[in-house]
Amino acid sequence: MSDSEASNGKGKLALYWAASCGGCDINTLGINEKILDVAAAFDIVLWPVAVDAKVRSIEKMPDKNIDLCLFNGAIRTSEQEYMARLLRQKSKVLVAFGSCAYEGGIPALANMNSREEIFQTAYHDTPSTDNPQGTRPQTETEVPEGTLYLPFFYDTVKTLDQCVAVEYYLPGCPPEPERIWDAIVAILENKLPPPGSVIGAITTVCDECPRTRTEKKIKEFKRTWEIIPDPEICLLEQGIVCCGIATRAGCGANCPTVGSPCIGCYGPNEGVEDFGSRMMSALASVIDSEDPQEIDRIIREGIPDPIGSFYRFSLAHSLLRRKVLIHDGKGVTV
Amino acid sequence: MKRISIDPITRLEGHGKIDIFLTEEGEVANAYLQIPELRGFERFCVGRAAEFMPNITNRICGVCPEAHHMASTKALDALFKVDPPPTAKKLREMFYSIFFVTDHTTHFYALGAPDFVMGPDAPVAERNILGVIKKVGMDIAGKVLKMRRDGHHLIKLIGGRPVHPNWGLPGGVSRGIIEEQREEIEQLGRDAIEFGKFSIQLFNDIVLGNPEYVNLIKNEAYIHRTYNMGTVDENNHVNFYDGMIRVVGPDGKEHAKYHPKDYQEYVAEHVEPWSYLKFPFLKKIGWKGFVDGVDSGVYKATPLSRLNAADGMATPLAQAEYERMYDVLGGKPVDHTLATHWARLIELLYSAERWVELATDPDITGDNFRVLPTETPTEGVGEVEAPRGTLTHHYWTDERGILTKVNLIVGTTNNNAPINMSVKKAAQGLIKKGTIITEGLLNTIEMAYRAYDPCMACATHTLPGQMPLEVVIRAPDGEIIERLTQNL
Repeated sequence: MSDSEASNGKGKLALYWAASCGGCDINTLGINEKILDVAAAFDIVLWPVAVDAKVRSIEKMPDKNIDLCLFNGAIRTSEQEYMARLLRQKSKVLVAFGSCAYEGGIPALANMNSREEIFQTAYHDTPSTDNPQGTRPQTETEVPEGTLYLPFFYDTVKTLDQCVAVEYYLPGCPPEPERIWDAIVAILENKLPPPGSVIGAITTVCDECPRTRTEKKIKEFKRTWEIIPDPEICLLEQGIVCCGIATRAGCGANCPTVGSPCIGCYGPNEGVEDFGSRMMSALASVIDSEDPQEIDRIIREGIPDPIGSFYRFSLAHSLLRRKVLIHDGKGVTV
Repeated sequence: MKRISIDPITRLEGHGKIDIFLTEEGEVANAYLQIPELRGFERFCVGRAAEFMPNITNRICGVCPEAHHMASTKALDALFKVDPPPTAKKLREMFYSIFFVTDHTTHFYALGAPDFVMGPDAPVAERNILGVIKKVGMDIAGKVLKMRRDGHHLIKLIGGRPVHPNWGLPGGVSRGIIEEQREEIEQLGRDAIEFGKFSIQLFNDIVLGNPEYVNLIKNEAYIHRTYNMGTVDENNHVNFYDGMIRVVGPDGKEHAKYHPKDYQEYVAEHVEPWSYLKFPFLKKIGWKGFVDGVDSGVYKATPLSRLNAADGMATPLAQAEYERMYDVLGGKPVDHTLATHWARLIELLYSAERWVELATDPDITGDNFRVLPTETPTEGVGEVEAPRGTLTHHYWTDERGILTKVNLIVGTTNNNAPINMSVKKAAQGLIKKGTIITEGLLNTIEMAYRAYDPCMACATHTLPGQMPLEVVIRAPDGEIIERLTQNL
C-alpha cells in the first residue's frame, strides 16, 4: 500500500529475492492457507513472486517504515546490492531468509572462481556456445535504436550481512514451510531471540533423525554411488559423509529419511561459525585409526571434493570466504 | 527514433526487462527482452563430485527443481554407464508426472487464467489469482489449492523435500515406496485426472466459448512460425521423462530426430552483448537473427511445441483433447503463441493419467530400485522435458568422478529468441502510429511473453500474472514526453 493510504494498525511486511532460485518464495507459499493469516496481520508492501511489486513506493517511504523484511538470495550484482541497501534503510527488522542470504548458498560456490572465469566458460568455452565474434554481455550496449543496460556482475558473491546489518537469520535451502510459519508466529507474538540470532533449533539433524546410532568407527568413506545403505542404520556409521552431525535441526531429517545423506543446507548448529571446520573435526573423530598418514589417506580417497562436501552452502559465510583473487595488471584471476 | 522503454521494474529486481523502441512515426522499430542475471553454474560445478550435481543444479530453479534434479540424475546414469532397473525408472517417471501436474497447475491458474478469466483489459487490482477466485468461485480455489498441496505432499513423500528433493542417484533412486504409500499416490492421482478434466472444461467454457478470446488467440500479432522441439517416445508420442528429441519445422516436416546425447550436432547457442542469457538455435540451419520461418534456426520448446513435434499423446483422455485442439485451430502445426495455455492443460491431463498408470504398475513397489555402477565415469548427457522446455545436462569427469567440464541448456533458455520475437511482434501489431498506450494494451503485449511461462535465469515467476511495468516515452533527445506505470 502507498503511504497515503490510511493506517489500519497492521504492520508492514516486505519479502524480496536477490541471487536465489525462488525456492524460498515457493516454500513461503507452501504455508498454504496460513498465508491468509499473514495477510491479516501485515500489509505486504513488496513480494515480487506473489503480490504487486512496488519498489517505487518503497523508495518514497520514510526510513524504518517497513516493520519486517524477509530477504532471500545472495548478493551477486550491483542491482541486488542496491536492493539490499534500500530495504535495510526502510526496514526496522531485516531477516536473512534462507541459505543464500544467510551463508551465500549454492550461488556462492562461484567464489571458487572469478568473474573472468565464469564469463569465459559461459560465453566462450562451453561446447554448444557459438560465438565467433567473441561477444560478451556488457553493462552498456549501443543498439541501432538506443542504449541497453545490464547490471554489473561482481567477482565475489556476498551474504546479506556482508553488505548491510541484519537482525536475524532463518536457515535452510529452502527453510521448510513449518519453520517459516514458526518464525512468523515468533514475530507476531514478539517472542524473538536477541538480535543477531539464528531463528531455529539448537540441536542437530542427528537429534531428529529416525536412524539408529551406535558407536561410529569408520575405516573408509563411501561415496553415495558406491553403497546401497542399510535403511535403518545411521548413514555416517555406514561410511557415507552425512552432514547431520554438524547441521542445525529444523528440517525433520528429510534427506536421511529417504535414504540420502544430509548435505548441510540448514547451516552450522548453534555456536559454530565455520560449518566446514566443524564437519571436518567431527569426521576426524569417527575415523578408526591413530595413524596420521592413514587418516589422511582415508579422507583424501573418500572425500575428493572437500569444498562441495563441507562448504556447499556456506562458502561466502565461512572463514575461507572465497578462493584468493590475483590482480595481475591484466585482470583478476584465481 | 523515439524510445518507448517498457521496463518491468526488474531493472531493480534483476529478473527480466523488456525495452521497446519506437520510430519517429510511432511505429515499433524493435524490442529487446534482457536477462540481467547470471550465476555461473557451468563454471563453479567444475571440481565438484559428480554425485553432488542433482543437489547443486536443482538450485538453478526453486520453481522447477525436480526437472534439474532429474536431468542431472539421468546425466549421472550416462556418466557412470549404468542402466537403472525398471522399478527405478518407473518411480522416477511417476515422481516427474506428479511434478508436472503441480507445476502446470501453478502456471495456468496463477499466471495464464487471470488474462482470460478477467480479460486483458480488466483493472490490475482484479487481474490476478484472487480476481479469478472471486469470479469463478471459492470451490475452484479449493480445487487448485488441493492440487498444489497434494503435489507437494507426494513430492516430499517420495523425494524427501517439497522443494529441492534429494533422491536421485546414478543407477536409480535412494528409496522406493511401500504399498500403503502407493495407495495414497494412486488415490491422489485419480483426483488429479478429475482436476485435469475440470481444468480443460473451464478453458472450454471461459476461453473457447468467448469469440473475443478466440480471435485474440488467432490474431496474427500472436503467431510465430518457427521450428518446434519436444521429446517423443517410440510411437512419437509426447514424453517428459525419456525418449528421442524431435524437431518439426513450421511446414510440419520433421527436421531432425536424435538421441539427446547428440544434441551438440543439432543445437548451438548464440551470444548477444545486451543479455546475460544465450540464444539457442538449430545448428544445421544456423543463426539468422530474430526471424521466423524455415530458413531461420530459431525454435520453440514449449508445451505447444512439444505437441507440434509429436504425433499424439500416449494416454486416451489427453489424446482426445489433442485431436480436438488441432481440429479447432486448423491442423498442425499450431503457431498461435496463446494456444500454449491450451497445450499446457492437455499436458497436465496427460501427466495425471500417466501418474495413475505408473502408480498401478505392479513394478512400482518393487525392492529393486537401485543398481551400483561398476564402470569408470567419463562423460554423460541427461535430458528431460522441463515444463518450460527441453532441458539438457552434460558432464565430463576424471576417473574419480570429479567434474572437469559442464554444459547446460536450460528449459526457458531454448525460448529466449522466440520470446523476444513474440514481444516485438505483439508490440508491432498493437502499437501503431497515434495509438494511445493504455495499461490494458501493455498487458496484451505482456501476454505474448507470459504464454511461455518464462523462467528466465529460472527466477522470473510473478505468480499473480502481474508484471510491474513502466513505460517511458522519450523524444529523440531523451526528454520524457509521457510516463505510464502499472503496479509501481
